[in-house]
Amino acid sequence: MNLSSLIACHECDLLQKRVALPPRGVGRCSRCFAVLYRDTSNWIDRALACTLGSLILFLIANAYPIVGLEVQGNRTVASLYDTLHTLWNEGRQDVALLVGVPTMVAPAIQIGLMLYLLFPLRFNRLADGAIPVLRFLQFVKTWSMMEVFMIGILVALTKLEHIAHVHVGIALWAFGALIPLLIVSISAFNPDEIWTRVKGAA
Amino acid sequence: MTGIEVTAGQLGFYSCHSCNLVSKATPDHHEAHCARCGSHLHLRKPNSISRAWAYLIASYILYVPANVLPIMHTSSLFGAQSDTIMSGIVYLWTSGSWHLALIVFIASILVPSAKLLALTFLLISVQRRSVWDPMQRTRIYRIVELVGRWSMLDIFVVAILVALVQLQSLATIKAGLGAVAFGAVVVLTMIAAMEFEPKLIWDPKRNRHGQAAG
Repeated sequence: MNLSSLIACHECDLLQKRVALPPRGVGRCSRCFAVLYRDTSNWIDRALACTLGSLILFLIANAYPIVGLEVQGNRTVASLYDTLHTLWNEGRQDVALLVGVPTMVAPAIQIGLMLYLLFPLRFNRLADGAIPVLRFLQFVKTWSMMEVFMIGILVALTKLEHIAHVHVGIALWAFGALIPLLIVSISAFNPDEIWTRVKGAA
Repeated sequence: MTGIEVTAGQLGFYSCHSCNLVSKATPDHHEAHCARCGSHLHLRKPNSISRAWAYLIASYILYVPANVLPIMHTSSLFGAQSDTIMSGIVYLWTSGSWHLALIVFIASILVPSAKLLALTFLLISVQRRSVWDPMQRTRIYRIVELVGRWSMLDIFVVAILVALVQLQSLATIKAGLGAVAFGAVVVLTMIAAMEFEPKLIWDPKRNRHGQAAG
């Protein structure tokens, strides 16, 4: 029996045969309906385009102020970096880490590693160290929470609206565009297909 | 559904946690590695129940300071004020933003407490080898995995407020210890959900149908 044609559901462990999928089709577990694998046609170009777009928006979202606040001539602006810097300096390094990892570190690693794998794949090659990279990518995905941060910005702005004049910065728009684009990149990215290119552990 | 439902575990087949490659067990049981990606192979995540319990109990303990201690301190010309999660929601509600109050209430109160209870329920059911509706329990597990991250919302709100409201003489906001405890609860329950092995939900079902226990 050829084991490579089999897949065990990662949620309920049911053993089943892989079948050929229609374009953009999804293979689900026949018992618990978990998504097991996806169709792979043309995914590299789609994923690469969206991930490159995400990278540009991510840089803008980090470099520019998200919001500004004006109270009686006093003006403060905050970028993501300022936010972390202020928290760190006032002795709340723990909170700075709780915020910085999911909003800045994890998404940066996620975008970076996806591009690292996608560029060589575009030329039909497998990047060096693809195995640990794929494994780390799986781990880092859970801790990347920019969509939650976006809603957080909106809640904070509403709270401040009553006491001060609020300016919306470029980075806020960049965040708004980045979040759907990153979601598209991640769903286009097909680790299952990359694994089939891995020939064997060294 | 067909009559023949067999899991990889029953046949003694390993399914790699990283790359999903199915492989046969080798005679050397203790040190099985995936032939493709080299990951350690296990039929089920090792000690998942006790590990998940450990993280879950730690979350329950921290849940108390997370809700009792202030998550931020505001000092302004009109005096100083400390806010807990609940008082922040009450403020949003009374100042007229009931829709935001609702979002924060769901993200900070409803989701974390429901998540703690759901994980407790799943762990107990798995430990007692319950056969009650595995599909329904799998759904609960998926929801827990999906919504857990949204509880970070309040931490992010506090962080942004702290960064913005630094108006020297007028007002400053500092993050409180409650924020640390609350963040820890969110992270710990996320780890507990990751340690939990959903395959255990389906395992007892097989044994009732007269097949050999694993």
